[in-house]
Amino acid sequence: MEVEGLKYIAAALAIGLSSIGSGIGEGLIASKALEAIGRNPEAADKITPLIYITMALTESLAILSLVVSFIILFVF
Amino acid sequence: MEPKISLAPEILFHIGHFPVSNAFLTMILVVIFLIVFMISIRLRFKLVPNRIQAIVELLIEKGLELATSIMEDKKKARKVFPLVFTLFLFILLSNMIAILPLNALVIHNHHHNEDFPIFRVATSDYGMVLILTLIVVITVQLVAIISFGPFKYLGKFFNFKGFFPFFIGILELIGEFAKIISLSFRLFGNIFAGEVLMIVVLFLMPWILPIPFLFLAIFVGVIQAFVFSVLTLVFISSAMKMESH
Repeated sequence: MEVEGLKYIAAALAIGLSSIGSGIGEGLIASKALEAIGRNPEAADKITPLIYITMALTESLAILSLVVSFIILFVF
Repeated sequence: MEPKISLAPEILFHIGHFPVSNAFLTMILVVIFLIVFMISIRLRFKLVPNRIQAIVELLIEKGLELATSIMEDKKKARKVFPLVFTLFLFILLSNMIAILPLNALVIHNHHHNEDFPIFRVATSDYGMVLILTLIVVITVQLVAIISFGPFKYLGKFFNFKGFFPFFIGILELIGEFAKIISLSFRLFGNIFAGEVLMIVVLFLMPWILPIPFLFLAIFVGVIQAFVFSVLTLVFISSAMKMESH
C-alpha cells in the first residue's frame, strides 16, 4: 500500500462518508418545510428564505470535509 | 495532459514586495465595477426612476425588509445594513464572474515553465474569504462590547458561578472560534468546489455536459452570498441581545 494510493482513498472517504449525514439532514429539512407549507400555504413567503438558509447551514459540514479532501489531494 | 488545479492562487507579478495574484486581479475588477456602477446611478438620480435605478431600489428595499425582520428594530437594521449589503453585492458579483470563460486566458510563466490563468474567481482564494470572515467576526465582537461593556461581555465566557455555567462558558468561547472556521469554509468550499468541478468537466467533455454544472455553480454562488450576509445579520443581532437563562 503506497502512500499515493492511500492518499486517493483518504480523499474519497472524507467526502463520501460525510455526505451521508448531510444528505439525510437536508432531506429532513425539505420534508418538514414542505409539510409546513402544505398545511399553511400562505406562510410560503416566510418559509422559503428560511429553507435556503437552513439548507446551506446543514450543507456546510459536508463542505468542511470537502475542503479537507482538497487539502489531502492538492497539498500533500 | 492534466488539468492543473491549485489550492492557492498563482502569483502573477510583484509590485515592490507585494505579490499580485490572479484572484487579487479579479477582486480589483469587481470592486472597480461596483464603485463605477453605483456612482453612475447616484449621479443620475431622478425622482421618477428609470429601469436600472428601479431595480437597485427594489433590491435595497427588499434587503432592508429582510434585515429588519431579523434585527427586529428598524434603526438598528439601518445601521448595520451598509456592511451587510456591501458584503452581499461583493460576494454575489465575485461569484458571477464564474460565468465568463476567463479560464481560457492564460499567461506563460518562464520560471516554472507553466501556464497560469490570468483571472480567477476572487472568493476561491482562501485568504480573501478569511479576511471577509475576520471583518464580520471583529464587527460582531465590537458590537457586543459596545452594547454590554467589556467586563460583562467577558463574564459571559468566564463564568465562575458554578460548574455547569463555567463549562458552558468555555463551550461558547470555542464556539466563537468555530464561527470563523465554519463561515469561511462554507463560502470557500462551495466556490472552490464549483471551480474544480468546472475545470474537470471542461477537461472531460467541453460541449454539452458543462451546462448543468454551470447552472449549479451560479445557483450555489447566489445562495452562498445570501447565506453569508444573513448569517452576518444573525450574529450581529444575537450579539446585541441579552442572553437570559
